[in-house]
Amino acid sequence: MSDALKVADLSVHYATREGALQALRDVSITVPEGQIVGVVGESGCGKSTLINALLQLLPENATIPAGRITLQGEDVTRANARRLRQMRGQEISVVFQDPMTALNPVLSIGRQMRDIQYRQPGRRAEKDRRSAEMLARVGIPDPVGKLAAYPHELSGGMRQRVAIAMAALMRPRVLIADEPTTALDATLEVQIIELLKDLQKEIGCAILFISHHLGVIAELCDRVVVMYAGVAVEEGPVADVFLRPGHPYTIKLIECDPGRLKEKVADLPAIPGSLPDLTDPPPGCIFQGRCDRATEICATPPPRRVQHPGHWAACHHAKPEGT
Amino acid sequence: MSAFRHSLLGRLLADPMALFAMVIIAALVIMALLADVIAPHDPGAMNLADRFAPPSATYWMGTDNLGRDTFSRLLQGGRIALYVALTAVTISGLIGLVLGMLAGFGPRWLDNALLFFFDALRAYPTIILALALAALMPRGLSTVIIVVVITSFAEYGRVVRTQTLSLKNSEFILAERAMGASFGRIVFHHILPNVLGPFFILAAMNLPVVITIEAGMSFLGIGVPPGTPSWGATLKDGFDYIRNTPWILLSGGLPLILATLGFTFLGEALRDQLDPRLRKTR
Repeated sequence: MSDALKVADLSVHYATREGALQALRDVSITVPEGQIVGVVGESGCGKSTLINALLQLLPENATIPAGRITLQGEDVTRANARRLRQMRGQEISVVFQDPMTALNPVLSIGRQMRDIQYRQPGRRAEKDRRSAEMLARVGIPDPVGKLAAYPHELSGGMRQRVAIAMAALMRPRVLIADEPTTALDATLEVQIIELLKDLQKEIGCAILFISHHLGVIAELCDRVVVMYAGVAVEEGPVADVFLRPGHPYTIKLIECDPGRLKEKVADLPAIPGSLPDLTDPPPGCIFQGRCDRATEICATPPPRRVQHPGHWAACHHAKPEGT
Repeated sequence: MSAFRHSLLGRLLADPMALFAMVIIAALVIMALLADVIAPHDPGAMNLADRFAPPSATYWMGTDNLGRDTFSRLLQGGRIALYVALTAVTISGLIGLVLGMLAGFGPRWLDNALLFFFDALRAYPTIILALALAALMPRGLSTVIIVVVITSFAEYGRVVRTQTLSLKNSEFILAERAMGASFGRIVFHHILPNVLGPFFILAAMNLPVVITIEAGMSFLGIGVPPGTPSWGATLKDGFDYIRNTPWILLSGGLPLILATLGFTFLGEALRDQLDPRLRKTR
């Protein structure tokens, strides 16, 4: 099986007044053809930077000192602007977090969906037919009528379906979902996840699903990458990582999932401390400042300890396979 | 029928305020266009025997100090007012639109430079600038238009810049870029339609302002050349002879008030209708 998307040792720095902010450090993520890979981490772990880097839409003050991003065998960090525009929307596309702001408020749904197909040949009626088909596919009632509707006339769940329809319209090989359910309520969340699963099967695209919600990741993804402060700390098959987490951060993250609580508590569990200063990260393990198990050895770069086949954790204290 | 009711015009007609505004504007436009046909007298013809004639069947709004028919002069004045307003608003709007989008999209130094330029122009009082320019340029409508353009394009520029900036960083523009939209496509298909709503509202609101600036300049004697029947000039004539003949002043002010009200109401109604988020129902 070939890889639809491969991120190899990617670092992204932002130039700030305090110096280079190391938003991503040596992150490697592989999304095989037709699979769903989750990225989980708290706010500020570099999820948005990762998406922008994948699309090559980083802000002007960002630099990529190292690493490669290969989309279907092509290095996007070396692609020129013209080629990038071709890739975006056709080979890789995104569903954004907030459906309320991800659609142009003054253009009708149909017009926006027609715009996405501007590279396609075909008459307006033909494009509208394709748009309506895709709207029907994502479960929007009266798809033809909805083409004339404006975003504000649709509910949040409907808008997210429209945004997914737009992202899937050109049948991309890789679909990035940037917390697509965070702004929705729980019942809609389940529906959108089911929809993404179905679409994935139908279009056969690979999905990179980014979320801070462990339950959603467990539900949807084949593999998961746990990120902390711009570093991938653990990666493996979803069931394996959640059942037998190797990295102390993953363990804490799972312990803090409010979904695990059996009874009412005054304070939700939290990981004490805060994110390290990314302009001057500590040497060695990035999590040492908040880790219970931290010892002197943690000041040296942690090895990637294989926990099980295909499952590693970057921690000196993680028990290797078989122990 | 229902398609019409949902169109912009249909929705405007359903709004009593907008209907009122459009009736006034339509009346003004028709009177200005057909001024030569409607006018009972030659607006320039002097008739010294009938100086300061009160309103009558012959002179509907009386005559002025030279015996010229006020009503005929007001019709001609409507032409001048509308011509100046539309030309000046179009020119300053276009300049503002281009500069505003440049500022919004351009590098920071260009944005700062343009903002400084806008602020410097806006800080200058219109009438003082008009006086200064009138001293340098010949009296005439083009001077009036130039004064209005210089003093008002900065306002469009600022509004367009602010809109562009906030739109540029909005999530749907990021989404469009993520979908592979080119720069031109983003500017013309996504930013421009979002900017045009506030832009047209500002333009409609600015029309009456321009009409009053023209009238004000003519009233001060730095606008139209002497003898031209602009509303401001008529007002000035009426003001000079207010003791003898109040009707000249009253009839000179009436179209000014009507035009201002009409365009202001229309601008407000447009604002309510053009912003799809403010629309009540479809």
